[in-house]
Amino acid sequence: MKANGTVHKYGDNVDTDVIIPARYLAIQDRNELAEHAMEDIDRDFVRNLKKGDLVVAGKNFGCGSSREHAPLVLKVSGVSCVIAETFARIFFRNAINIGLPIIECPQAAAAIKNGDQVEVDFDSGEIKDLTSGETFQGAPFPEFMQKIIVNGGLINYINNQ
Amino acid sequence: MQKGMTMTQKILADHAGLPYVVAGQLIEANLDLVLGNDITTPVAIAEMQKMHTKSVFDQDKIALVMDHFIPNKDIKSAQNCKCVREFAIKHEISHYYDVGQMGIEHALLPEQGLTVAGDVIIGADSHTCTYGALGAFSTGVGSTDMAAGMATGKAWFKVPGAIRFNLTGIPGKWISGKDVILHIIGMIGVDGALYKSMEFTGDGIRYLSMDDRFTIANMAIEAGGKNGIFPVDDVAKAYMEEHGKRPYKIYTADEDAEYEQEYTIDLSKLKPTVAFPHLPENTKTIDEIGEKITVDQAVIGSCTNGRMDDLRIAAMIMNGRKIAKNVRCIVIPATQSIYLQALNEGLIKTFIEAGAIVSTPTCGPCLGGYMGVLAEGERCISTTNRNFVGRMGHVDSEVYLASPAVAAASAIAGYITKPED
Repeated sequence: MKANGTVHKYGDNVDTDVIIPARYLAIQDRNELAEHAMEDIDRDFVRNLKKGDLVVAGKNFGCGSSREHAPLVLKVSGVSCVIAETFARIFFRNAINIGLPIIECPQAAAAIKNGDQVEVDFDSGEIKDLTSGETFQGAPFPEFMQKIIVNGGLINYINNQ
Repeated sequence: MQKGMTMTQKILADHAGLPYVVAGQLIEANLDLVLGNDITTPVAIAEMQKMHTKSVFDQDKIALVMDHFIPNKDIKSAQNCKCVREFAIKHEISHYYDVGQMGIEHALLPEQGLTVAGDVIIGADSHTCTYGALGAFSTGVGSTDMAAGMATGKAWFKVPGAIRFNLTGIPGKWISGKDVILHIIGMIGVDGALYKSMEFTGDGIRYLSMDDRFTIANMAIEAGGKNGIFPVDDVAKAYMEEHGKRPYKIYTADEDAEYEQEYTIDLSKLKPTVAFPHLPENTKTIDEIGEKITVDQAVIGSCTNGRMDDLRIAAMIMNGRKIAKNVRCIVIPATQSIYLQALNEGLIKTFIEAGAIVSTPTCGPCLGGYMGVLAEGERCISTTNRNFVGRMGHVDSEVYLASPAVAAASAIAGYITKPED
């Protein structure tokens, strides 16, 4: 499985309150919710995002609340992968559990620029910046987490056990 | 040779049926309690409907607390609560808390005796780490984990490494748990404990009340921690004997347990501390604030600081004084029983006479839900736990985090100031 798209780049500590502000959390319709993705950090995010695009950020991406709405709005709005230096732990769990591909790679997070065209190979963890020509190696997932991802999330994994 | 285990690792090993675990190991642990609120539970219910198992693992080990947007702020939040209410009735959930019995989940569950030392608890709310104050392993998860937990009674964990915080000395008069944890977050940063346990030890702990400890464990997540945990001493035992409905089990860290980092904090040297926008790590002691920072609103409440100690010190400061002109002061007792006790002690009268308002328990303004949302350019001194961009309202509003003493003193002064003033 591969992702290929344009990068939308952000800094450190992108928190769940800017990924999806709490004023929208009463909304249950995931498509309506996704219209507000990243609204408080980047008003034009949803307008500029094309299906398959990637988000690249610094350390502690997704810090703050446990709201699963955060990885969900990124997935529903068409983000194919999030690359970060590090992820906050609840966001990390939630992303795996709902099937939003994420990769920790400090080198890629530092070098990739906003607007670059990037390709990610989820099987090998290889990240290619097609704009700069650089290649990076992301941290592979432990086998257990790979099983959850291959099954399409935690619920399917449990159902298939 | 096997290394010793931390307190957290021992609890996890026991709940996974293993004699020994190491940091980084993936385990599946049995759960003593699964928690959800009115924001996260509807998503979990939808996920559970996709599962082959349609029933809950144990109706007595699930707590559903309607607290974020209740009494309902709009039609959508009313629909969400209705969805959870119907689920609770259908599955005969014993610990379902609605208007009349509810409180802010992390104040309510310990008070109701549902969280005790030695437990493994997951909650679809990031501040679930609060129960570490009683010596439990408790951590925040998302709605899918909550759904899986409700159905199977189990959750997967990566066994965390740990940082030890050795607390020494006697804290000064105005120093509360909030100042301790803001100091720590300022020192190690908002990702300083990422994926790790924050284990608190030291002879200074005896000078911290249970309410102080709840505040400290509550904000472990604000340093990126997986959990925060305190040893079980006489203060914790007395609390559990008063509130607990189940027997507790005391775990202690091995003497040769491995800590990735260790810090010693002399509580006697701490000063009232304020976290500036827009991260909890942007801390200054009250003496370091040179400028006059005026405030439009003061919030005293939340899962971090809505308990009796918090209300008592705020009332002591407000007693006989008036909230500054053009400042809105909102006091939110965290549970019905705290509300009632505050009423009996005369604290509510003090707040109202000072010109503050007192709300029924709710998370409300902390996350910009309702009951104190900020307009563009407004500034709030708040005893809550996050000051991210837009957290309490408009994207161009500001939240300053502080103790109830500092928030009350600032509400009286009209600008951020020290409790002595």
